[in-house]
Amino acid sequence: MLLVLCPNCGPRNSTDLRYGGESHARPDPNTASPAEWRAYLYLRDNPAGWLRENWYCASGCRRWFSIERNTATNEFRDPPLPGDKRGGAA
Amino acid sequence: MTMSRQGVQPTEVIDRAAKLRFRWNGKRFSGFEGDTIASALAASGEQIFSRSMKYHRPRGILTADYWDPNLMVQVGDDPNVRAGHRLLESGMDVRSQNAWPSLNRDIKAANGLLGRFLTAGFYYKTFMRPQWLWPTYERVLATFAPGGKIDLDTPHAYHDKRYTHPDVVVAGAGPAGIEAALAASSAGASVMLVSHEHSVGGHLRYSSAAADQAALAELRTALDASDVEVLTDSTVTGRYEDNWLGIVQRNHPIAVERLIKARAKTLVAAPGLIERPYVFEGNDRPGVITSGAARRLVNLWGVKPGERAVVFSANAEGDAAVADLERVGTEIAAVIDGRTGGSISSTRGSSRAVDAVVADGASIGADLLVVAAGWTAPTSLLNMAGDRPVYDPAAARFFPSDPPSNVLATGGLAGDADLDGLRQHGAATGRLAAARAAAVRHRLQSRTARALPVDGDEPAPAPDERAPLGRDPHPELYRADTHGMVDMSEDISSKDLVAAAHEGYDSVELAKRYTTATMGPSQGKLETVNTVAAIAEARGETISQVGTTVWRPPYAPLTLGALAGRMFEPVRVSSIHPWHEANNVSIIQAGQWLRPDHYGDPAAEVRNVRRNVGLIDVTPLGKLDLRGPDVGKLLSLLYVNKWMKLGVGRVRYGMMCAEDGVVLDDGVTGRLGEDHYMMSTTSSGAGGVWEWVENWLQTERPDWQVHVTPVTTAYASINVAGPKSRELMSRVCEGVDLDAEAFPYMTVHQATVAGVAGCFMWRIGFTGELSFELHVPAGHGLHVWEALMDSGSDLGVAPFGLEGQRIMRLEKGHFIVGQDTDGLTLGPSTGLGSLIKLDKDDFAGKPELAWAADRSLPMVVAIQPDDPDVVPEEAAQIVRGDTNEILGRITSSRYSPTLNRSICLGQVEPDLAVGGTKLTVLLESGERIGATVIDHHAHFDPAGERLRG
Repeated sequence: MLLVLCPNCGPRNSTDLRYGGESHARPDPNTASPAEWRAYLYLRDNPAGWLRENWYCASGCRRWFSIERNTATNEFRDPPLPGDKRGGAA
Repeated sequence: MTMSRQGVQPTEVIDRAAKLRFRWNGKRFSGFEGDTIASALAASGEQIFSRSMKYHRPRGILTADYWDPNLMVQVGDDPNVRAGHRLLESGMDVRSQNAWPSLNRDIKAANGLLGRFLTAGFYYKTFMRPQWLWPTYERVLATFAPGGKIDLDTPHAYHDKRYTHPDVVVAGAGPAGIEAALAASSAGASVMLVSHEHSVGGHLRYSSAAADQAALAELRTALDASDVEVLTDSTVTGRYEDNWLGIVQRNHPIAVERLIKARAKTLVAAPGLIERPYVFEGNDRPGVITSGAARRLVNLWGVKPGERAVVFSANAEGDAAVADLERVGTEIAAVIDGRTGGSISSTRGSSRAVDAVVADGASIGADLLVVAAGWTAPTSLLNMAGDRPVYDPAAARFFPSDPPSNVLATGGLAGDADLDGLRQHGAATGRLAAARAAAVRHRLQSRTARALPVDGDEPAPAPDERAPLGRDPHPELYRADTHGMVDMSEDISSKDLVAAAHEGYDSVELAKRYTTATMGPSQGKLETVNTVAAIAEARGETISQVGTTVWRPPYAPLTLGALAGRMFEPVRVSSIHPWHEANNVSIIQAGQWLRPDHYGDPAAEVRNVRRNVGLIDVTPLGKLDLRGPDVGKLLSLLYVNKWMKLGVGRVRYGMMCAEDGVVLDDGVTGRLGEDHYMMSTTSSGAGGVWEWVENWLQTERPDWQVHVTPVTTAYASINVAGPKSRELMSRVCEGVDLDAEAFPYMTVHQATVAGVAGCFMWRIGFTGELSFELHVPAGHGLHVWEALMDSGSDLGVAPFGLEGQRIMRLEKGHFIVGQDTDGLTLGPSTGLGSLIKLDKDDFAGKPELAWAADRSLPMVVAIQPDDPDVVPEEAAQIVRGDTNEILGRITSSRYSPTLNRSICLGQVEPDLAVGGTKLTVLLESGERIGATVIDHHAHFDPAGERLRG
């Protein structure tokens, strides 16, 4: 089981958290085309490598944070960024 | 073969003063404390322990340890017990498994049965067609299935779980493993040493060499004096991401088995080596044993394995077995040296004779054939860490290649050395493990400095500077010039594997699944490399080219009880629960909650609410206390409807949709004060909506000032419903005017109820009646409930449960999210499309709902079967006429005690969502019934006069 580094609670079993998936900026709901909105809803890059992704510390501090993980090795790279769930580029 | 107990051995683990009596297939036997079931039976001269799975060949001791495939027995109601490992207990009722017609049927007759009537893939080939006969095949075949008998009346045993976070876990307690544990502990690491066996020491336990025994004593003394936690009769069953380890402890004093979940910073794999059987004709005959079995029988339990032995030896272990056998008086008929080209090709003989036929065809009379043909490296834990071990033909076994830095191998798994060399390698591994654990600890701390203070500087990198172990040359001995059993658990011969390869199943992974080789109780520990060798031979390739199967968890089997273990799921009840339990309640489980379903007669409960007044405990209803200047904006963002103009004291119904426009939750939210709101959610949605709110506030609108407090269990919630509810409430409430003008529908008031201050109540109407939903500080819930019951006895007050509420909401046509909607139901499909305000600047799901407004969607409609006495099943399909074309489905259905007819909600295609439309509903029985869509969602009181009263 993956050990996830929560910025508030420290290392935690991944079952203590909710996986929020790839960071993905929310398009403007008033101007987004169907293609742009559905890309936001459904399309993910799913790289085999470094990925900025979101976690929610559901059984601990209940904060969302974002962190970089290598999906091929499960190595975490950045210090987690509290509240920065969708802080990455679209 | 005639085994018998001999004089006291200096290494023995039995207490000859402690005699234990037990039964074996109904007959009386005895053994000593410290015996395994198998050693006690062997000491008593038993030679046949089981019959083989497919051919029912008699089987005796092969390895005399945990992995012995021939020693599966039933102990009482406990099937598939490993008699080679399980310690004897007084009064055990031990029985053989798979014995048919009887365990001791004539060996000679049975030996002739190794015909080819059950070839590789026999079941696939024979029972595939015709397909419709499979249920019959299955029933018949099941009676042939091997294994013990399961007693369905067995009482539930206690299993336990434990969570721990040691720095270092050492899997395997031979000399290298013990040294690794001691060294890691000396370096300051917290260490758990896990021994698969009943005592630590590995192969030293059954070595009679004085130096080995001295070393063992020294290691045990050092362990006793150390801080190492030693687990015996326990196995590291799996290694998962970030060294998450499953450890099963079989000798827990209370639990039958305990599953330990350990998060180790470093794992040391030191499982030693497992002796590999040799494949030749008759290699599964009772009396053919491994050299390790001979040494264990002699040295651990003082059992002489036979009177006259032939020893086939290709290594020092085999040579040591010769010495052990001679010491207990077994005559050595011949030693055939596998290192110098000696070989064995088959066994002959009847009953207790095991005559060995050697290369030149000569037969040597004996009753015991001891085989030392080489080793299997149990690389399982390395495999699970992603390592792909590499075969070395010169040493005739696999070695680790490149495990990750937090997994280290030592002992026989890593290479060969004399005892001192193994101990030194173990100690060096332990030091390295401790250093790497310290680095992991520091890294975790520094990455999460807000949670854990970082102690000390970053440790220096810990490179692997261990002097590598050597590799002793060993002949590649897999199969003789004859065919024999490769997998004794599954009765798979080398011929089967060759045949499978020729049929095209020539990769090990395919051949394994086709033949089931390596899939029996010994889980490949004995037979994997021989399987690979047979496939390699059939393909004309080397073992390196063929490669091996990937060893997956578990390393050793564990019971389902251990996996299920002690359950940690909490059970939630409201503070009113004791009253329900005292009043004939029928409980229904809803998520973690135990809720009143009804109190005997839900229809009567419904009639009483419609006529008098009823109480329902709705405490699980989700409640979020929202405070701050931006709550109005938050509500407008999360609900599809508008909230900015909700006045203080007002309550509004809202529907939430997800970003894809699908209905997420619904409920009412009331404004208690200028900056103070109370949001209610569905009971099942309480947790999810809380997360949804946090998601928006933390990530999309972090600048908004809203404080969220979940108060679901801070309040006990009681819905008081029925035409007499106002009268009842007036008897218990203070400080609130309950008059219809002062307290109209969809408003909220705070009040003191039955002397309890700090209550709030809102007038809403899920049941369709005049009703007050009362929220009481949870500790007073029972008191207020009892006060309502006492005050209203003359009004006919009675409790009602979830079932009654479900009937009444269905009479009113209120949909339930997740029951009448599903993961594809867009907001407008609920029939509440007019709630969706697309002129708001933004709200969750707005674009999808805007696009959906132009589309025709399936709709939730109220449906009444033409025959009022037929209640279609929920999920019954709505079809077109006599065809099977699906046009919708029934989502809720009940018999209405108010209307005396069946009523439904359903989802139908858009063109059917018009009042008066005739539908055909296909029942589960196959019968088709007529039904009609009605004009309103409400079957009852569509104008809503009752609830507004």
